Amino acid sequence: MNTSIIESRPDFAAIAAWIPQGSSVLDLGCGDGSLLRYLRETREVRGYGVEINDKKIATCIANGVNVIQNDLDAGLADFESDSFDFVILSQTLQATRHTEALMNEIVRVGREGIISFPNFGYWKNRLQIINGHMPVSKQLPYQWYDTPNVHLCTLNDFELLCDHLGIRILGRHVMNESGDVNLLPNLRGSVAVYRFKREA
Amino acid sequence: MSGSVGIVSAQRATFEEPLSFSCGKVLPRYELVYETYGTLNADKSNAILICHALSGHHHVAGRYADDEKNTGWWDNMIGPGKPVDTNRFFVIGLNNLGGCHGSTGPASIDPATGKQYGSNFPMVTVEDWVHAQARLADRLGIKQFAAIIGGSLGGMQAMQWSITYPERVRNVLAIATAPHLTTENIAFNDVARNAILTDPDFHGGDFYQFGVVPTRGLRLARMLGHITYLSDDAMAGKFGRGLRSGEYKYGYDIEFEVESYLRYQGDKFAAYFDANTYLLMTKALDYFDPARHTEHNLARAFAPVQANYLVVSFSSDWRFSPDRSREIVKALLHNKRDVSYAEITSQHGHDSFLMQDEQYFAVMRNYLERVAEETR
Repeated sequence: MNTSIIESRPDFAAIAAWIPQGSSVLDLGCGDGSLLRYLRETREVRGYGVEINDKKIATCIANGVNVIQNDLDAGLADFESDSFDFVILSQTLQATRHTEALMNEIVRVGREGIISFPNFGYWKNRLQIINGHMPVSKQLPYQWYDTPNVHLCTLNDFELLCDHLGIRILGRHVMNESGDVNLLPNLRGSVAVYRFKREA
Repeated sequence: MSGSVGIVSAQRATFEEPLSFSCGKVLPRYELVYETYGTLNADKSNAILICHALSGHHHVAGRYADDEKNTGWWDNMIGPGKPVDTNRFFVIGLNNLGGCHGSTGPASIDPATGKQYGSNFPMVTVEDWVHAQARLADRLGIKQFAAIIGGSLGGMQAMQWSITYPERVRNVLAIATAPHLTTENIAFNDVARNAILTDPDFHGGDFYQFGVVPTRGLRLARMLGHITYLSDDAMAGKFGRGLRSGEYKYGYDIEFEVESYLRYQGDKFAAYFDANTYLLMTKALDYFDPARHTEHNLARAFAPVQANYLVVSFSSDWRFSPDRSREIVKALLHNKRDVSYAEITSQHGHDSFLMQDEQYFAVMRNYLERVAEETR
């Protein structure tokens, strides 16, 4: 099942590649716990997930993943500063309300943060807008009227936010359907994964 | 399919070695009544202890042959195929010391005087109970529990186990509980106690000798307690402003449906529960505070804990609110223990932990499924 998770979520592989053996990890918006389970099985990671959805909480517990039911927009008050090696937010940033506050919380609780999100600047998204419509794609599967995504951004936008918050970007991994993207990432990448930390 | 454990019967264990209590008193000998369901496996690793709350006891699941209607208080949770699956676990329920369901308590005979203990019975604490429970575990040959489960005051015992005997419990399921009572909770308990203490039939706790029972006080205590275990919404939903006769009578007899309900609950409770037990149980609640020994630092109080935890709270529970459960979670996180936390959306207030609820039961079932797999 491990390989199937990685195939269906290429950002998981990119995230996992940055996480050394035996790290402690907090996965925000952990869903059914598959990433944590994958990290535990392949990297002996000690971790917790944070999730708000009832069904997913029950599934995490069935998967043997530690999960704390909490609303990310209420902050991370249950977690002490610098208490994790990594705080991960995969494909959730765009659905958070208090995005700026959450970014600050991530670098407070984690020695490093890792975030993956859909790139709104991806050329296919731009094309749909040029054609007069809000983008709908595999990465952004919602219609404008029923989307949970309230804070979509491009790679450039995210990097500007980090700069504004005094967050230093340590690494970036950009992908699209055909693999890694190095050339013109803000135009050619559909998903980005960033690794960052608080400016000392 | 899930079912009942069927016909059960209580057992009795007598302990001849003295037990010292936190208050300084000693019981030279004592008895604990308990029930068990399921089968203890060969290496005795599949035992689960159920700790009861204020008015609970050892009859946790199943029915009695001579009293078919007397179903255990947590029968919806425990049985073959239920979240606490008696096909896989050996489940123990007991009546705590100071209780009034068969274990040594204030209505038992004090061998030193030949009279009922009454006011002479030691004040009990959660720690005292845990020590007594550990002796019962020794008696049954159980070195380590697969899990200890409790709601409310029962959750406090489960937590205390993991602090006092960290190597003797692999999992704690702490439900609708708190690391200590709030000021408001202590205040409610004190009003309840005062209702009993000021009843002329109480006689300082030695009412047995006078052939009377402080029924009025106990009834009031229960009525007050009962209100706080429910939620505003649950009571409004159940009774609203409904009137028994449909119109105002301009008197103090029962008019509103909620009055009828509360008085009935009070009468029912006062008819079988012991007033001294009620006092003792509420004091045990008030006294519980593991952080008292660690300069009010709960994380340090939890430092000895080795058990994995499942913490469950209920959204409408204002006596043991979700915030109190979060304090427990935080202390466990600080100590890097394995912990999961579920906040169940429920309108039934503190009593939610005794009710059947899809999400609550899924969480319990899934967690205990893992425990069973690790036990095999």
